Amino acid sequence: MMNSMTLTKSQKIGGILLLILLSFAISGDLFSSYSISQQDLNAILEPPNGEHWLGTDHFGRSMLARMAHAIGVSFVLGLFCVITAATIGTFLGVWAAWGSKRLDNIMGILVNILLALPGLVIVLLLAAIVPGSFLMLYFAISLVQWVEYFRVVRAITQTVIQSPALQSSQIMGFGRWYQFKRHIWPSIAPAVFTLAAFGCANAILTMASLGFIYVGIQPPLAELGLMTVELFPFYSEAPWLLVQPLLVMALMVLGFHLLAGKQK
Amino acid sequence: MKDILLKRLLQLLAVVWGVGTLTFILMRALPGDMAYRIAASRYGHDNVDAQAATLVREELGLDANPFLLYINWLFDLLQFKLGDSLVSGTPVIDSVQHMLGYSVLLAVTGLFISILIAIPLGLLSAWKGNPIDNAVMAFSSVVRAMPVFVIGVIFLMLFALHWNWFPVAGFGTPAHLVLPALTLALSLAAVSNRVVKSSAQRVFKSSFYTFAQVKGLSKWRTFHRHGIRNIALPVVAFFGIQLISMIEGIVMIESLFSWPGIGHGLAHAIFARDIPVIQGAALIMGVLFVLLNTLIDLLCYWIDPRAGDVKGERA
Repeated sequence: MMNSMTLTKSQKIGGILLLILLSFAISGDLFSSYSISQQDLNAILEPPNGEHWLGTDHFGRSMLARMAHAIGVSFVLGLFCVITAATIGTFLGVWAAWGSKRLDNIMGILVNILLALPGLVIVLLLAAIVPGSFLMLYFAISLVQWVEYFRVVRAITQTVIQSPALQSSQIMGFGRWYQFKRHIWPSIAPAVFTLAAFGCANAILTMASLGFIYVGIQPPLAELGLMTVELFPFYSEAPWLLVQPLLVMALMVLGFHLLAGKQK
Repeated sequence: MKDILLKRLLQLLAVVWGVGTLTFILMRALPGDMAYRIAASRYGHDNVDAQAATLVREELGLDANPFLLYINWLFDLLQFKLGDSLVSGTPVIDSVQHMLGYSVLLAVTGLFISILIAIPLGLLSAWKGNPIDNAVMAFSSVVRAMPVFVIGVIFLMLFALHWNWFPVAGFGTPAHLVLPALTLALSLAAVSNRVVKSSAQRVFKSSFYTFAQVKGLSKWRTFHRHGIRNIALPVVAFFGIQLISMIEGIVMIESLFSWPGIGHGLAHAIFARDIPVIQGAALIMGVLFVLLNTLIDLLCYWIDPRAGDVKGERA
């Protein structure tokens, strides 16, 4: 998968969907002449028009700027979490399977402890310590997510190091890095890639969930979950506003799920 | 078998330690003077002065050595002494028990409906194949792409605000339960119908299943004797994985529909900085999570005694 990079059709659709959202976020942030907190109380709850392409919210803030910012924040958080969790999880997974038995045992206990609490509860508790902090969300979500990479990578690596191919490579005296690159990485890469796509979607969902119950990113910043609650009271006057964060959230998750491909 | 139980016992201790430590850090790390904030949430912001703060500080013993406090904190927790709510002053254990009842009601109803949706749909798409299979899978992909609170919001708008069939939020009558339970059920079923399908497909295509039909058993008899148990194992094992999304779903759904359960309580307590309640709610959730996982382990062991110890590797 990683070597040939041949994507299936649905993976391509997912990728394109995400690229569109990403470019919307970047261009919206760059070119919008409104900031996310600039209020105009003379023009609240406006439908999309020439001045405000996506309308304005209940404080007259430009929805275009806010949506672009919210999508950007989601992407940044998702990518940061995935990169951190995947790197740590893969590294420790390979090390635990390939390295010392003692490390493996210690990791086993650690993973067990982390799995004892549902992820969202851990994130909630950590987010409560420093409310509204992006860094804390990033830390908490990564902390919850690396376990998954660890378990999958460890399981696959364990079978690979038993394989004749790797054993003869070892006998021929190739270095550990070469063995990893040549034998272990190709077999774990597809699984890591799939996990990463799902992980990104989950990170975004977790942040939106926290925003939705007012524990995540705090106003006046724009964030998808937070915008959903803020705009909910105005659903009958301005349904087009409430639809925006909901739709974007669903599209983002769908994009990542499609990108992840069939195997789960 | 013994390994499974031992592992779960370790997890149980980890829950107590983890929740205790996190809430203790939370207690210390809050910005501002704790005594003032607690006084503010008790007496209202306008009635706080130094005297009220001192009173609260003495009452709750906020001045002692942090390490000693930490040890005491964990020790209390091990004895399940959860203390009183900082805001209302009522014992945490009472309110947690109260909330737990509502959460369990919601969870069981939601789960039951999700089983009613997922198993027939999964079997149907495995049995009939395309185009039904494709349609069902496409629909469940769309549902899966929506976070559970988005499903809830959509239900709210359609059934509660637009058509007025069900109450928007609250509790008390069976009608209040419908929308939250349905939301939970749909989000669970969208994932588990896929598992039912692939498990059923695997069994239907297997050689033992074909053989059973070749030797002349009727369709229903083959399914009954050779199908059910084999299909059930991955489904039940998967439920262990789904427990996480169920608990997370409950937190979100309860907050959305103001259902007075444990998730709503947790979110509320975090917002109000009511640390004993945060601790109690998180603790109960964690303990419940571990106990249910143990139950599933044992259930898998009972369905398929061959793999009892392998299953221990799973979660």
